[in-house]
Amino acid sequence: MNKSAFHKKLLAGPYLVWMIGFTVIPLLLIAWYGFTARDGSFTLENVTAIRTPEHLKALGLSLALSLTCTGVCLLLAYPLAMILKGSGLGKKGFIVFIFILPMWMNFLLRTYAWLNLLDDGGILFQICKRLGLPTVSLVGTNTAIVLGMVYNYLPFMVLPLYNVLVKIDENVINAARDLGANSFQVFYKVILPLSFPGIVSGITMVFVPSLTTFAISDLLGARKILLIGNIIEQEFSTANNWHLGSGLSLVLMVFILISMAALSHYDKNGEGTSF
Amino acid sequence: MKKLKSLFSGLYLTLTFIFLYLPILTLIVFSFNDGKGSRWKGFSLRWYEDLFESRVIMDALSNTLIIALAAALIATVIGTLTCIGINSLKGAPKAVYMALNNIPLLNSDLVTGLSLMLVFITIGWKFGYSTILAAHITFNIPYVILSVMPKLRQTGKAPYEAAIDLGATPVKAFMKIVFPELVPGILSGFLLAFTMSLDDFIITYFTRGAGINTLSTLIYSEVRKGIKPTMNALSTLMFISVLVLLVIVNLRPSGKKEKN
Repeated sequence: MNKSAFHKKLLAGPYLVWMIGFTVIPLLLIAWYGFTARDGSFTLENVTAIRTPEHLKALGLSLALSLTCTGVCLLLAYPLAMILKGSGLGKKGFIVFIFILPMWMNFLLRTYAWLNLLDDGGILFQICKRLGLPTVSLVGTNTAIVLGMVYNYLPFMVLPLYNVLVKIDENVINAARDLGANSFQVFYKVILPLSFPGIVSGITMVFVPSLTTFAISDLLGARKILLIGNIIEQEFSTANNWHLGSGLSLVLMVFILISMAALSHYDKNGEGTSF
Repeated sequence: MKKLKSLFSGLYLTLTFIFLYLPILTLIVFSFNDGKGSRWKGFSLRWYEDLFESRVIMDALSNTLIIALAAALIATVIGTLTCIGINSLKGAPKAVYMALNNIPLLNSDLVTGLSLMLVFITIGWKFGYSTILAAHITFNIPYVILSVMPKLRQTGKAPYEAAIDLGATPVKAFMKIVFPELVPGILSGFLLAFTMSLDDFIITYFTRGAGINTLSTLIYSEVRKGIKPTMNALSTLMFISVLVLLVIVNLRPSGKKEKN
């Protein structure tokens, strides 16, 4: 028995090696590049470079847009998930399926769809013109970027919320009603606290990708709007300053870690419900 | 009151539905447009002809499918074996192992992609198919482990030990007793890994070589230059194939409802 237990432990070995090679060492490399200058000497400059007005502005804008996107997604998705939970049993599977179907379209094609709609001379532009309404091109504005983010990440909020909401025992809700709670109290005292794990994983799944995106801002921002993701991407692809890019990535990682830590405070059981 | 509520529900569902599908619908409509802009110039299939004649797009499509399939398969095998290994670990080693496994899930794709790129450059691994594949396997394995682990925990040790007591070899006992219980978890892990791979853009963007494209990276470089009607045609075909696939999966007789 002992021998076979040892053999089983060996099965965890290959992936341990893989993780060290492709997860741990890569992160250490980012840290090494982030804390060294081009000549290899130790420096904090790449990290403190976040304080330059250009970078601070990008980070602030990223935070503002991704927080807006997360808030809008939560406000849109919660009622949707509640309605989906309450919808008739027979067709439930199909309705839920309809609302997460766009998730399987390629991420860039989803963004491209909004470019088509919002572009200067695009479809909305033409429609407004026909109707004699003032024509505005949204591409190149923060609104377009938030729209693109919400459109892309909304299913990531709907799914975990729906998954926790359907698991809530109807008996708990009925018990609350029997004991005299009105609809508002049932929601506020029973449903909302029980759905916290779903809210937490929904927020993480929307906030992190929208904070670090560079594709959405690149396509819908008409390359006029720089988010922190765009700045980091450019340091690596065009400016070729890996040290600065790594330093800024480290700052971004710290921001993500802090927000995760703050969120996990609410998800005490650590139940990820995203899948 | 109840009527008002269901009216509101219906309205809300409709509005969200429009929000989700209007952009896709316009893509589809304009893929049949004879002109390039967003003015309707008559029905035409020219963009579909362009699409199928384009070597670049067809190459990217086959790259995407091959990489997603290979990465998902390899990740599923490694992930499943690893789960058995992790299950026999206890205490601190197990906690550390799971924490390491969670890093790619918690880390943003941007940092994962960049850090992998730095590693490939540092060790001089030539960018191409193999770097994209390695990167995809790296971000896929955690999803497989997350899907298989709960099933393994549910299975429990008693039936397996009973089989051993009755004279089965450990391998035989595993294949006959434990493995069948894991199959739903393994399948959903594989599907999750496959779709993650198909949809990935950021990590592929940083780990691909100059000459190789997946659909995501190709679409990105095409669309950056502006509206491309061939991309509308591509979207239409992708949407329809996803729709058909998912309808088939959803309509199959649901005798044994899987609890997730």
